[in-house]
Amino acid sequence: MKWITAVIKPFTLDDVREALAEAGVQGMTVTEVKGFGRQHGHTELYRGAEYVVDFLPKLKIEVAAADDQAERVIEAISSAARTGKVGDGKIFVSDLEQVIRIRTQEVDADAL
Amino acid sequence: MRCEKRGFGIRDWGFGKARMPLRIALLVGLLGLAASAQAQSAPAVDSGDTAWMLTSSMLVLLMTIPGLALFYGGMVRAKNLLSILMQCFAITALVTVLWMLYGYSLAFSSEGMHAGTVNLHSIVGGLDRALLAGLTPASQYQTVPESVFVMFQLTFAIITPALIIGAFAERMKFSALLWFSGLWLTIVYLPMAHMVWGGPGSLLGDLGVLDFAGGTVVHINAGIAGLVACLVIGKRRGYPHTPMPPHNLGYTVVGASLLWLGWFGFNAGSAAAANGSAGMAMLVTQIATAAAAIGWMAVEWIAHKRASVLGIVSGAVAGLVAVTPAAGTCGPGGALVLGLIAGAVCFFSATKLKRKLGYDDALDVFGVHAIAGIVGALLTGPLASPKLGGFGTVESLGGQLWIQAKGVAFTIVWSAVLSWIILKLVDLAIGLRVDPEQEQIGLDLSEHEEKAYNLS
Repeated sequence: MKWITAVIKPFTLDDVREALAEAGVQGMTVTEVKGFGRQHGHTELYRGAEYVVDFLPKLKIEVAAADDQAERVIEAISSAARTGKVGDGKIFVSDLEQVIRIRTQEVDADAL
Repeated sequence: MRCEKRGFGIRDWGFGKARMPLRIALLVGLLGLAASAQAQSAPAVDSGDTAWMLTSSMLVLLMTIPGLALFYGGMVRAKNLLSILMQCFAITALVTVLWMLYGYSLAFSSEGMHAGTVNLHSIVGGLDRALLAGLTPASQYQTVPESVFVMFQLTFAIITPALIIGAFAERMKFSALLWFSGLWLTIVYLPMAHMVWGGPGSLLGDLGVLDFAGGTVVHINAGIAGLVACLVIGKRRGYPHTPMPPHNLGYTVVGASLLWLGWFGFNAGSAAAANGSAGMAMLVTQIATAAAAIGWMAVEWIAHKRASVLGIVSGAVAGLVAVTPAAGTCGPGGALVLGLIAGAVCFFSATKLKRKLGYDDALDVFGVHAIAGIVGALLTGPLASPKLGGFGTVESLGGQLWIQAKGVAFTIVWSAVLSWIILKLVDLAIGLRVDPEQEQIGLDLSEHEEKAYNLS
């Protein structure tokens, strides 16, 4: 199984969620986060006082996927979240050792 | 006394020179033979004028709560929002009580005043109207009940100290704020109002300074006090290196819009009647405000490559301030020019001058109110001339400009010196400033034990 974490532009969330649903994903976690990568912050100017805002608001989505599903999930996110402009975000993929559904105690693929 | 000085003058009836002192003489029961001869020609209470002045009083109160409170409140950080709202609200209540006790009397009593004579009562009114002595439903001021005039003038006395709080926002102790506001009203505002609007025998009134609705009394006075206050109390911790962006510009826009609306009471109400002067004051106020909003926006667009929301509303307020002394005498064309100049000049004073000189006038009381007030007070002179489309009786453009400059200079010195003394006294007695930890926590929690936002 794979643990797929993606940081995306907030306004792409609806498209990403739909694409993931089409890829068979039945659950996800979304967190509001701030950060920066190659896209640097922006400046704000109030009556001549200039502030550089380093950290930009992003959404972090986390999805657990079966091995044979992972490619589709990654493809779904990267196509739905892409605008082609700097700041589209990143996808991090790592191995996932175990999944347990708390209510039923099902594990791994059954718990996804 | 120049008739166009303020609407409470003579314009409408022509015989008003002796009217105001007469009125008060009547009220205190000093009815003389000469007075009774004039009393027969005094106008009756006019229901239209009264309705408009009742409305204007409400509009000017609306400028402070919630107009100014929201305008300022949006510009501070979230941890200080309540302190701003509280200060505006508390000043409203405090000034009302002081006005009833002695404020109206010190500002508007005509005891001992004689046209052309300079004495103590050219500077400050007597105490014969303290506790609103002699005020009854039948008391009359020009064509309105005197109670309405008392109320209308009270709302001006409320907003003036409230304007100053923007300069020392986010760091003054609430107790010090109350002492400062009460003392400043008493020592700076009341005499200033008396000197300009006290009628024949008042210092600046006799000088011929044109100030229709309070450019000197309200805006330069408050703006200079703001500058002195922010210098005496010192910068906010971290200024200018720590970002201190406005926490809710939405409030600021709502507040500025309420100021714009309320200002029609301030300026058109200063005609003291529902007449052509009030109508023209309203129109030129609208024109100057719009022109200043555009002026600030245009200059900012060129200088910063963006037109900002805070910029356009700041420009509008600068226009409102600038047209205040001119509203009774300038024409629509003069208002347009006055507004454009005020908007452009205040862009520089609020964004460039402050940065360069390094003082922390947190919400630009000096940069907007004093500067626009000075621009407006000076230009009021020439723009009153029919040669420049005005409706005043100014004959010499330069001569009136010089009289205006004397009025401005007097106001600056008066406000700066007395404000400095009051601030030092309050500082010595109880301290002006919260301690660094309280400032860090924010005044809402440290001074009022409340938070504006309890989110989750």
